[in-house]
This record gives sequence, C-alpha cells and structure tokens, in this order.
Amino acid sequence: MNKITRRQALSATAGALTALGLAGATAHAAVTGSRSAAPATPAGTVDEVYQGRRIRIVPASDSGGGHGGHHGGHQAPGQPTVFIDGRELHVMRNADGSWISVVNHYETFSGPLPLARAAVRELQGAALVPMGGM
Amino acid sequence: MTIRKNQAALTSEEKRAFVAALLELKRTGRYDRFVTTHNGFIMSDTDSGDRVGHRSPSFLPWHRRFLLEFEAALQEVDPAVALPYWDWTADRTARSSLWAADFLGGTGRARDGQVLDGPFAYAAGKWEIAVRVDGRSYLRRALGTGVAQLPTRAEVDAVLAMPVYDAAPWNSSSAGFRNNLEGWRGANLHNRVHVWVGGQMATGVSPNDPVFWMHHAFIDKLWADWQALHPQSPYLPAAGTANVVDLNDTMRPWNDVTPADMLDHRKFYTFDTEPAPVPAGAAASQR
Repeated sequence: MNKITRRQALSATAGALTALGLAGATAHAAVTGSRSAAPATPAGTVDEVYQGRRIRIVPASDSGGGHGGHHGGHQAPGQPTVFIDGRELHVMRNADGSWISVVNHYETFSGPLPLARAAVRELQGAALVPMGGM
Repeated sequence: MTIRKNQAALTSEEKRAFVAALLELKRTGRYDRFVTTHNGFIMSDTDSGDRVGHRSPSFLPWHRRFLLEFEAALQEVDPAVALPYWDWTADRTARSSLWAADFLGGTGRARDGQVLDGPFAYAAGKWEIAVRVDGRSYLRRALGTGVAQLPTRAEVDAVLAMPVYDAAPWNSSSAGFRNNLEGWRGANLHNRVHVWVGGQMATGVSPNDPVFWMHHAFIDKLWADWQALHPQSPYLPAAGTANVVDLNDTMRPWNDVTPADMLDHRKFYTFDTEPAPVPAGAAASQR
C-alpha cells in the first residue's frame, strides 16, 4: 500500500478520477482532472487511482479479448471489465442493477466503481490472482 | 445416524475431533477441492443465466447436498464427527466460545486481517489458503466490521413465517422464503453473516474458513424449520423452468441428485433439536 508507482502518483496528483478513450491494458491516462467527466456507469470507461491502486473499468464493447472464457458461457452480455492494477476482478450484475465481485460476493454495490473501490479496501494491498489461474 | 448439534453445546472432545478431521482433509488436499467447487459455482451462477448453487431455488438443496458430501468426507476421517451448526442469532458476538482458541480461533488483527490464534492460524502451519482470489495465503477475518450486527431471532422468525418457498423470476430479485433467507432481499440473513465474518468468508472462496460449514448447517436447519412450519408448501418451481433447477431436475456438479431427493433431511441426519415432524402426506405430495 505504501508503494505506488510514479505513474500512479502523478495520476493521483493530477486528479484521481479520469475519463479514458482507450481500452488498452497499458494505456496511460489522458488526465483531464475533471471529476464530472468521469463516467461511473457501466457504459463508461473509468481510470482512477484509489488508495494507491489503479482501477480501470472498461465497457463491454471495448473489453476485447481480456474478458473471454471466464464465465463458462453463463455471463450476461454487456457487462464491463474491472481491473485493479491490471488484474481482472470478477464482477457480476444482479437483477436489481446492483453489483458484486468475487472479493465482496455477499454484499451489493450500486455500480462497478464503488464495487472496485470496496475491492481495493478489502485487498489491503494484495494483488488479485489472475482469473482462471487457480 | 448423524446428529448435527449446536456448536455451543459441543464438548471439548467433540470440538477437538471436528478440528482434527478438518485439518486432515486439509492436509490431504481434499478440503481445497470443496473450496474450488464452491467458487466455481458462485462465479457462474447468474441471475439471467444458469444458476444452481446460489441466487436460485436450488440454493438450499444444493448446499444441503454440498454439506452432506463434506460431512461424509469428515466421517471418513472420523466416523464420530458430524457438522455442528452455528446459531448466529444466539451466539452473536466475537466473544462467543465459537471463536475461542480451542475451536475456530478469533478475529483477525487490524493491520492485515490475519487470524492469529486457534488451529487455523497461518502460523500454526496447517491451514494455508491455497484456493484464493488474491495473493494472501493466511486465513483472515474481521468479525463485526463489514456489518455491525448479525441477524436477530425476530428477523429469522419473520422470514420463517413466509409461506411460499420461492417465486419467479427465481433469482436474487425474487420474493419468498428462499431469497429472504439467502439475503438478497429483505432483512438479509445468510449473506449478512458472510459479511459479518469478513475475510475469506466474504468472498467467493468462503469455504476457506471452517465457519462456512457451521453457518450453512444452520441455514440448512432453518430450511427444515420452515418445512415444519409450512408442511403444505412445496419446493418451487415444479417443472419446465429455463436456467433453474426444478423439483425433479438433477443438480450440477453431481448430476444424480434432485431437489426432491434433498427435501427430507432425516434421511441423512437429524438435529439435536428437531422441528415437529412434517406430515407424511405433505412429503409424499412432492414425489
């Protein structure tokens, strides 16, 4: 938790919540510094540093090959992909529109961003295990 | 016949035997296969797709079968062992004997959530978290942190009073007993207990914490209590429901067992305090 990268530190300084037009895994933030520009809905892309961890949320249509094969074909379409420091967080949308993740699986959140932030708090600095890597 | 007892009533010897059997299943690798199975279902069960283990009517029969398989594994180690249940409406604080060092050990330390006492503490050397979603290999808990209060008896009784087992759309948005017990709706019973314990219990790999089995043994008992209160209320849905396990459909991963097979727990075990018997006619009408 105490070790954040230079890029994360710069990004956090410039404005934590950033809207991105790129979905590449190594894309750097085009920092706008504008909170109001950050889409927190499933349709938007989010890139922010929260408690020293980089959260990226990529809309379903832009998620490319990073999302395939993890759900055994059962996953509902149209859901975004959530990354914490580049590792995918398994998330799920409930019928009422609330969200859960694999690290908070019995507690619902109002959207992918609050869910990702809760995951960062839960992880206490630990890295996610790559999905399907167990 | 196996008798499942309230964990608070176990003797020291019963606690010792239960813990020893858990450690032996862990040592042989068998324990972790249960964790893997649970996580696989929890990640693939979705409200809009196939759903078997969670957020669906088969939540209760699926976990009954899952616990039976686990209990049978324990009994291969020690035939005298049965799954205890944790009545969290009664033993509702971190000071309960459940969390003492001679049983499950206590809550985790503030810095990293690590459990430091009891047989499942990482430093004891016999409980490495191998099936995990993050890099941490020690058992973690944060009792009472994620949510302050465990469900009360009054909240449980209000859910037990619900006469209908489950309802369309048969998922986390359903009305009825099952979803209110599971906790996606209403006062939140089962889900809230996972959150109250914290650590791995709040994640998809929740069976990493041995309290998982005692929590679900109590949920299972509440199903039996509900049946006794509503002997004319059947498992639902009966047939023909897409993505959902109907009464006589087989359940993954076993594929040879149906909810109908799981309705009467007394075929497999009894509880130390049994609810009033279900009239024979009600049970027969399910088949």
